Amino acid sequence: MKHVFSLVLLLVMGGMLWNLIPLGQPTEPGEVASHYIQHGIEENRGANLVTSVIVNYRGFDTLGEVTVLFLSVAGAGFVLRRREGLEPQVARPSSEILQTGARMLFAPLIVFGAYIFVHGHLSPGGGFQGGAVVASAVMLLLLADRDHRLPHGFMSLLESFAGLAFVLVGLAGLLVAGSFLSNQGVLPLGTWNRLFSGGVIPVIYILVGLKVGTELSVLLETMMNSGRPAEHTGGEK
Amino acid sequence: MNNLTPSTLYLATAIALIVVGFAGLLVRRNLLKMVLGFALVDTGIHLLIATLGSSPGKSAPILNTAELAADPGLVVDPVPQALVLTAIVIGLGVTALMLAYVVRLFALKKTLDVSEFGRLKW
Amino acid sequence: MIYLDLLICLVTVLAGVAAMRSQNLVSAAVMVGVVSLMVSYLFLRMGAPDVAMTEAAIGAGLSTLIFLIAIRRTEEEEG
Repeated sequence: MKHVFSLVLLLVMGGMLWNLIPLGQPTEPGEVASHYIQHGIEENRGANLVTSVIVNYRGFDTLGEVTVLFLSVAGAGFVLRRREGLEPQVARPSSEILQTGARMLFAPLIVFGAYIFVHGHLSPGGGFQGGAVVASAVMLLLLADRDHRLPHGFMSLLESFAGLAFVLVGLAGLLVAGSFLSNQGVLPLGTWNRLFSGGVIPVIYILVGLKVGTELSVLLETMMNSGRPAEHTGGEK
Repeated sequence: MNNLTPSTLYLATAIALIVVGFAGLLVRRNLLKMVLGFALVDTGIHLLIATLGSSPGKSAPILNTAELAADPGLVVDPVPQALVLTAIVIGLGVTALMLAYVVRLFALKKTLDVSEFGRLKW
Repeated sequence: MIYLDLLICLVTVLAGVAAMRSQNLVSAAVMVGVVSLMVSYLFLRMGAPDVAMTEAAIGAGLSTLIFLIAIRRTEEEEG
């Protein structure tokens, strides 16, 4: 009986979504998007239009998104606090290949992630992608050495600093040019398609990349190791 | 396949993903399978939004060559791509929070069957 | 080029169905990762390289990792 109900619901949903297909025929971009495309370069000097939209034209939404990500990581950390019932798992030591490979790959991966979020305004990439790559590198380290604990004091300091600096850059835009997170006049815009160009866009994206990278690393470590008593090397859980 | 444009194909795939993910969510009783169904629905919706905002024949919105910078009418609309990028990152956060809840619930009752969790009080 | 797109779309939907029907949780998680990877290729084909990179890094990478960690922590202890 329950399955019949589910089947009917799915057929109705599929039918409603199927009517979206005629809407999917290509159309011209609307008025706001045309403004972003036509004037994106002279206002921002950044080659990557998606980055200019995320950081400058819709910068406030990015601030909200970073907040939501922080909330979800904090919520996961709260739910998995140490209490009885959450038992630690027995950890087997990892193999030789994993340990050697992780040691060799950790530094190039961090450099690669930093490269991605520094060049966010010139080529595809940016803060979120670079942050995900940095978190993968830290995860590799955690997998290779099961007793390794991340320095929580340093991580929380870095993350709070990056978040605070984002808001301060926005306030600087407010003071200098009259609107929050504005790009006119806070930093020199520079010439098109060079690394030091784009005003505050690279600065904001570097901060976002640092914040997302440390947040996702802490999330992965919380999900793997919470509830397990171990000796700490610095900071407290 | 005479009028099968790429947009129609991608839209049909996105709709199929949403329906399959939702079906798994409704039918399965294992909590982890339900979270996997959520992840499939999420991916389907992202594909749907990105396809509705694309147009075939135009190139990516990165103006790093001289001819693209001279005539910006050749690029795809960048606004839906920014929205989908935000949505993917937030989807990861929500999935991680759901999985934290699943781990905690398992530690409480040692079962992953959703029909055991009928009462509101733990 | 449309035949390659057709093949990738078919693999996407079949992997989604396999993920929902499979009895083994680890293979279901890996199938969802395969769906994310194929969808990232489709994003590239429709002219969205930023979104493709994000989906590959987060959907096919970190999301699969988190599922595998959760599966490990909720398996019943044997013995």
